[in-house]
Parts: sequence; structure tokens; C-alpha cells
Amino acid sequence: MKNKLNVKNIFCGVSKKSRSGFINYGIVIVFFIIFQTLSSMGKLTNSLSGQLIPICVYVIMALSLNLVVGISGELSLGHAGFMSVGAFAGVIVATSLQNVIVSGSVRLILALLIGAAVAAVMGVVIGIPVLRLQGDYLAIVTLAFGEIIKNVLNCLYIGSDSHGLHFSMTDSNSLGLDADGVVILNGPMGALGIKKLSTFFSGIILILIVLFIIQNLVNSRAGRAIMAIRDNRIAAEASGLNIIKYKLMAFVTSAAIAGAAGALYALNYSTVVPKKFDFNTSILILVFVVLGGIGNLRGSIIAAAVLTVLPELLRQFQDYRMLVYAIVLILVMLITNNEQAKAFTKRIFRKKAKEEC
Amino acid sequence: MKKLLAAMLTGTMMFSLAACGSDSSSAVSTSTAASTEAASNESTVSASAEDGSLTGTLQLGVIGPLTGGAALYGNSVSNGASIAVDEINALSADFQIELNAQDDEHDAEKSVNAYNTLKDWGAQAIIGCVTTTPCVAVASEANADRMFMLTPSASATSVTEGNDNVFQLCFSDPNQGSASAQYISDNALASKIAVIYNNSDAYSTGIYQTFQSKADEIGLEIVSVTTFTDDTANDFSVQLTEAQNAGAELIFLPIYYTPASLIMQQASSMGYDVELFGVDGMDGILSLEGFDTSLAEGVMLLTPFSADATDDLTVSFVTKYEEAYSETPSQFAADGYDCPYAIYAALTYYAENNGGLDVTDMSYSDLCEILISVFADPDFSCDGVTGLGMTWTASGEVNKAPKAVVIENGAYVGL
Amino acid sequence: MLTYLINGISLGSVYAIIALGYTMVYGIAKMLNFAHGDVIMVGGYMAFCATSYLGWPAVPSVLFSVFVCTILGIVIEKLAYKPLRNATSLAVLITAIGVSYFLQNAALLIWTSNPKAFPNLVNFPGITIGSAQVSSVALVTIIACIVIMVALTLFTGKTKMGKAMRAVSEDKGAAQLMGINVNGTISLTFAIGSGLAAIAGVLLCSAYPTLMPTTGSMPGIKAFTAAVFGGIGSIPGAMLGGILLGIIEIYAKAYISTQLSDAIVFAVLIIVLIVKPTGLLGKKIKEKV
Repeated sequence: MKNKLNVKNIFCGVSKKSRSGFINYGIVIVFFIIFQTLSSMGKLTNSLSGQLIPICVYVIMALSLNLVVGISGELSLGHAGFMSVGAFAGVIVATSLQNVIVSGSVRLILALLIGAAVAAVMGVVIGIPVLRLQGDYLAIVTLAFGEIIKNVLNCLYIGSDSHGLHFSMTDSNSLGLDADGVVILNGPMGALGIKKLSTFFSGIILILIVLFIIQNLVNSRAGRAIMAIRDNRIAAEASGLNIIKYKLMAFVTSAAIAGAAGALYALNYSTVVPKKFDFNTSILILVFVVLGGIGNLRGSIIAAAVLTVLPELLRQFQDYRMLVYAIVLILVMLITNNEQAKAFTKRIFRKKAKEEC
Repeated sequence: MKKLLAAMLTGTMMFSLAACGSDSSSAVSTSTAASTEAASNESTVSASAEDGSLTGTLQLGVIGPLTGGAALYGNSVSNGASIAVDEINALSADFQIELNAQDDEHDAEKSVNAYNTLKDWGAQAIIGCVTTTPCVAVASEANADRMFMLTPSASATSVTEGNDNVFQLCFSDPNQGSASAQYISDNALASKIAVIYNNSDAYSTGIYQTFQSKADEIGLEIVSVTTFTDDTANDFSVQLTEAQNAGAELIFLPIYYTPASLIMQQASSMGYDVELFGVDGMDGILSLEGFDTSLAEGVMLLTPFSADATDDLTVSFVTKYEEAYSETPSQFAADGYDCPYAIYAALTYYAENNGGLDVTDMSYSDLCEILISVFADPDFSCDGVTGLGMTWTASGEVNKAPKAVVIENGAYVGL
Repeated sequence: MLTYLINGISLGSVYAIIALGYTMVYGIAKMLNFAHGDVIMVGGYMAFCATSYLGWPAVPSVLFSVFVCTILGIVIEKLAYKPLRNATSLAVLITAIGVSYFLQNAALLIWTSNPKAFPNLVNFPGITIGSAQVSSVALVTIIACIVIMVALTLFTGKTKMGKAMRAVSEDKGAAQLMGINVNGTISLTFAIGSGLAAIAGVLLCSAYPTLMPTTGSMPGIKAFTAAVFGGIGSIPGAMLGGILLGIIEIYAKAYISTQLSDAIVFAVLIIVLIVKPTGLLGKKIKEKV
């Protein structure tokens, strides 16, 4: 199991590495400029412009999960749990500060930061017990934590009034709010009446920050230690690396990033429910990471963007939409991972290249 | 047969999509000026409009879950709506409706995407969303855009709160919860009541909360309240045992009929003989394919629609629906059927009182203001299969009488 | 008290049969087959069609369903998993998820989103133990679970094919060198796993008789949890894990909270795995340096 995520994906050569990092920033900035121009010229369809922020969120989630799955080599099936924690923390911050801080962007930044911080705390709480496990056992425990977070949030009620925040686990009536109080989180109904704060620009900035953090972590001493542990745990341990410490470092960083992404996501819609961040969302993000190439940050960015838009492009198939999506997914996996198919596509491209000459 | 039909529908929808896609974007932008003029000065709009008639082509969007776990509700609404649209289109060649249903997978994000897709298509008003959470998300987008929304089945108050452009065709949750408590108390159905509700569902939780507060107010004794979630909607033995041990004579079930059918089956296999009381989500239980209807014997529910009613409207709708989709329409299908008619009635009402109306290429924001003014007008009422003489409050809630029915010999009987 | 125990065992037996399918496939192919839950759903629909539309009696319907699912399992394996034999396990996992989406949406198109009430296939009265009623469905489920577990244990332990399976699960390369048809063995495992899924589907739908395209997904995830709980790859482990999971779920609902029962089930799983990282009956494989 542990050798499956193999050595192929280690970034090679230092100079290449930093160049590759700059290309990643470049792609994101070019993406932003193209869409911003199109949108200001009014050439963008409503459908696409409505998806810009979700695309940013999923790109960040894919980058975040890639840190765990690709760089640290642990399979996590509960990443949406961190997103969920960050989302609700962000919503609580943004809503309760509504009358205190006027500026929307300041509230957004605070929400993102606190979302990230709360998710990071969750990351530590979950990471310490979980990271002792390996392989599929770790995967199932992360899945379990994701489900626990969803279940607990489903019966959590939070309200705010002039006395501060109120919590309850039974229902919104037992919060004991004053007349001026608002229920921020209403159990299964989630958060309602969220003021939309997220913008495409803030999403792009967040992607750039996340890329900066991950690329610097990967190229640092700690990053090399994390990858050494992934490639050979026993050899790394024998070399005196503190396994739990480095694994936890990757896991918590990833959780914090997911929390920020969650806050960005929640503040883009007027409502968000705990059920949204279930097993299926975790899997969706894993699909982005695997399709983009495990350990490949650029691949994650592109795969997340393309796969977020794909189901919308398939709307013309009407009832057959999700069926077509499933078939596309299977075919892409088969083509990109089967040795014969790989050789076949290589041959075709080589032939073409020759013909052009 | 069904597949052929689906393929044909897909074909026609894609055709209509292609036909409208080409000019809709320009039409929306250019028509704004023209139609504001039209709104201020109706009498000069066109020759045919002067006599108070309604003309033109209206593009209606439907948003609901067509795939995924809640697909049942979205498909019913969309099927019901398309029957109504076919009927309206057959009435007169002067006024036509084009319908476009988009899938939201019961998810807020996907629902906003579906809404934006419909805007690109050129939708002038929206029927939707079918489920509550997506509806709240879309409602605030639509409110900012000034797009009119008539939701067939999203019953939470949060859907209409603060959104003057959103109206409900179904009862709101508080309405149903308190009406049920009142009904149980008025008819002295039981002294000890248990409640089982779906804690992961906004609809169910909403009705339970108002039921509980109304029950406290009028002094109904609730002896047991238990919950389940969508993930644990299989085994109800614990909830039923608890209700039985508490001596409940009646269980209030503010849930959809799928879990309710399991509760009936498990109560019967436990040998627990108890009265069951449901809300509109319970409707459809008799048409559940393969369900032993004797289990539902004596179940009471408050519902605005029953497929067995004998009035002409219902009979004609049920026959057409069964022909087209070979299944009995549920309350969702009925709500979906009433929505295009309500919008049609509102536009006709406006045309009559303002010397005619041509809706072709009218911008959605102009149409929104017209529809809001009519729906909020206390003199406007319309009839449908889910209620006669429906009127709306300015806040978006519908007024219609809930019907209490009881299941006897496998059929609904009015009480 | 006793009623809860029996309900728990009956629910757990269903999980156990599903978990057996997960465990066998994992043991041989080292892959998490997330499409397993959806094969259960297909099994349920097949039995439903056979009884309700064709009017077949119970036993032939179940056999028909097992037959269709076995073929389905082999086809899925050939088309979707076999080309990825040498790819990373994550690639196979994502493909399995693709297959799961495919099966769910195909079912949605074929059988529509309207739920079907599953017919009652077990037509004899239940029995009473002390104060508790045991329904006939629960009885059949528990017996079926035990029979299947014993049969599988004998099969893998005594027969030639079973031995081949164990050899493949331990070391694919060495097994091939010994002349074992590895591909054939893996196909056989999928066939058995999917056949079991059909039986699980029928039992699940008999106990909880509504059938929808999404029927299999949640029991699938819980059974996967059960398989890991008992030690994935171990047949008695899957059985033990499934039954314990069912009992914990029912007791958590009864005595702690109906809202949080799933959270409690997963919390117990986490605690068990932290104390015993390879599950209750899982083997600890020592790593060689």
C-alpha cells in the first residue's frame, strides 16, 4: 500500500521546481485576467460567472487535499469536514460582526482567518490520534470524522444577541435569545440569511496565498522530511525524523486551508447546510486530486476548474447528464492510468509530430 | 414507452433551447427599454393588447432536483408543470409558454448554477425551487436580480422572508404545524401524542417546531419526541418502541411518505396499533409501487390535494398525468401543475385590468414587478387542484384551506 | 432491552453480508470497491422486478437477482478495474466511484426516482423469545448471514479455488509463479462479492422495504466501516464488525440520542482503530526493512 504512491511524483531539480512554481502563479493570474476582462465586457454567460467563486473554492480544496494525499501520502476521505467547520465558523464571524465592522472585505478576511484557525484546531484534534494509523485505516478514520462533524453540526444551534453568542444542542427555541437576537446556525437548516461577501478577486488572492504556502512548504526542509516519510517511513524514522510531527504539520496546514475555502464558499451563498459537506463532497475533491495527478499542484488546479464546470456544460444532455459525467470520469481514469492506453496516446502524438515535420 | 417519451421530450427541449439560445441574450438587453415604456403606457403597446388580452410567449424556468436522493420531488413538479403548460398552450395560439426544467440535485450551489443557466436561456420567471435549502439560496439571487419566483413546494418561512419576489404555492411550515395541532386537539383524536421527525430535513424540523409550540399553547400532551436523519432512515424500531413505552395513542409524522411507509410497516410488524397523523409530505403513500395499502388504513393527513378527489379539475389532471407518466400524481406533481396556471391567471388578470399585455421579450425584472403587484393584490385569486380560491399575502404565503383526509380501504376519504 | 438486541443483530447481519463483499474484494484486489453499495441496489431492483412484474415466487427471484449481479460484477471488473491492474490504488478507487455514479444514474433512468415498496418475500410468522418478538425477516437475515459466513470460510479454507484466492491475496507475483490464474481468481472474487451483494440487497429491502436508486449508498458506507471495524480482509472480522455495528447503532439510538447515533457509531470505530490499528480481527503485517 505505502509504496503505491510512488517516487515518480517527487518534484525534480531545484531550478525546475521554482520555475514550475512561477508557472502555477502565472496560470492563476492569467485565468483571473481573462475572466475579469470577459466579465467586464459582458461577454460571460450568467452560468459561468456564477461559477467563478465555486471554482476558486474547489481549486483551493484540491490544493489542500493534495498536500495530504500527494505530498504527505495519506489518503483522507473526510476533507469536507474541515471545509464544513471553516464554513460555519466563517459564517458565525461574518454574521455576528455585521453591526460592529462596516467594511465587508474586512469581515471577509476575518471570516477566512477564523475559519482557517478553527479548522486548524480541528486538524490538530483529529490529526493526533489519526496519524498513528496507516493506509486504508487512516482513510476510514478520516471518513468517520467527516461524518461525525456533519452529524454534530446537524444538531448544533447557535444564536447571537446583545449578550453574545448562545449555544444549544436541542433546538432554536432553547437558545434563550433576546428579542433582537438572530439564529445564526439552525441545526439541519444550517445558516440562513448570510450576507454575500465572497468575490472572485478574493478567491483568486486566496488561491495565490495557498499556492505560496504549499510550494514553500514543499521546498523547505520540513517539506522534504514530509516527502521522505511518504516514500519510506522506516528509512525516515531511522534517520531520526519525527514522523508524527511532520505528518501533523502537513495535515494541519491542509485543514486550515480547507477551513478558509469553506468560509469563502459559505459566504458566497445566502444559505449553507451541514449536509452539503458530506462524504460525497470529500470524494468529489479527491477526484480532482487524483485526476489532476497525485502530488501535482498544477494538475489539481486544472482538474478542479474543469470538473467543476463539466456538469454544467453537460446540462444539454438533460436526464442523461450525470450518467454522461460518470462515463467521462471512468474513461478519463482508464485513459490516464492504463499502461496500454498511455502508450497508445503517446504513439499517436508522436506520429502527429512526425507528420508535421 | 416511457423512454421514448423521455427521448422525445429531451429532443423538443433541446430544440427549443437551441432556438432560443441564439436571440435570448440580445432580446433581454434590448427589451428593457421597450418594456419599461410598455409598462408605463400599455394602451399603445400593440393592437391586440388593447382589448385586454394576454399575448406573446413566456419563458418559464423550473428548478428542482431531477437526479440524486430528492429526484422524486423535482421530477414530479417538473412533470406536473409540463402538463399544465401543454394545456395552457392549447387554449390559445396567442399566448404560449416555453418551459425549461433544470436539475439542482437538492444542493444550494447547483441550484444557483441552474438558476444562472436559466437566465442565460432567457427565463422570465421561475417555478422553484422544489426543495427548501436550494430555494433560499436562489431566492436571494433572484431578489437581487428582480426575477419572480413561485415555489411549488419549498415551505419554510426562510424562503419568503425578506424576499418580496418569492411566493409560495404550498402551505408554509408554521401553517401546517399549527393546523395539525389544532386539528388533533379540536377533534380530540388522542390525549398522548408522540412525534417522529427527520432531524436532517428543514421541512420536517420546521413543521415539528411549530407543532410543538402550538401544542404547548393549547395543552396537547406530547409524550415522546424522537428523530431520525436521512442516513438512518431505515430502522425505526427504537423510535416506535419509545413511543409505545410512553403510551402514545397517536404519532404525528411531519415527514415524507417514503420513511413513513417504513414506519407503518415496522409498527405493524411490532404489533403496535397506533393512530398516525401526517402532513402534505405523506401524500403519495397510496401510489407507492408495491406498497401494502392496508398498512396505511386509518392514517389521517392534512393535505391540499388528493388524487382520488372527484372534482373535474383533479380528475382531468390525474388522468392526463397517469397517461403521460404511468403513475399517480403526488402532491408535488399537483403543486407543479398549479404553478404555471397561477402565473397564467396572474398575467391574464393584469392584462384585463390594464388593457392587455404582450409578454414576448419582456425583461424579467419588468415581469417581476407586474407579477408581484398581482400576487400581492387581495382581489386576485385563482383555482387549482391544490385548492380553490387561492390568495396570497404580500409576504408571499398562500391562503387556502387544508383538507383533512383519512385513508379508508386504500383510498383517501375527506373528513 | 432484548428487543433492541435482536433488532441490532438483525440490522448488523445485513451490514455483515455487505461487509463480506467488501472484505473479499479488498483482500484479493487490495481495492476499496465503492460501487459495492450500488450493486446491492441493483440486486434489490432485480428481485423486485422478478416478483412484481414477472410474478415469480421468492426463491427463483432471489436466484435471478444473484445471477444478474454476478454477471454485473464480472462485467464491471473486466471493463473498469482490470485495465487498471497496475495503476495506483487511488486511481482504482476513483474509477469505482465513477462506476457507483453510473449505476445510480442508470437506475434512476430505468426505474425512475419513484420509490418502490419491496414485496414481502418471507411469508411465515415470526417467533417470540421471552419478551421480544423476532420477525421472520430478521430470522432469515440472521440465518442467511451465518450460513454465508460458514460457507465462505469453508470455501476459502478447503477448496482449491479458495486456496488460490488466499495465495493471490498474500502475494500476487508469487501466486502467478506457482501457476495460479491471478486474473481469473480476481474475477471469481468479484463474482462472489457481487452475488453476495444481491443477497444483501434482497435482505436489506425485505427488512426496510423501500427501494430507490440511492438505497445502497448509506448501507454501503456503513458496511465498509463494519469491514474495517472487524479488520478488513478477514471474513469472520467482517461478520463480527457488521453485527457489532448494528448493535451499537440500535443501542446508541435507544439510550443516547437518535440524532447522534451515526456519530456514536463512527466514534466507537475510531476508538477501536486507535487501540487496535488493524481492526478487531485484522492481522498485523510486520514490515520488513
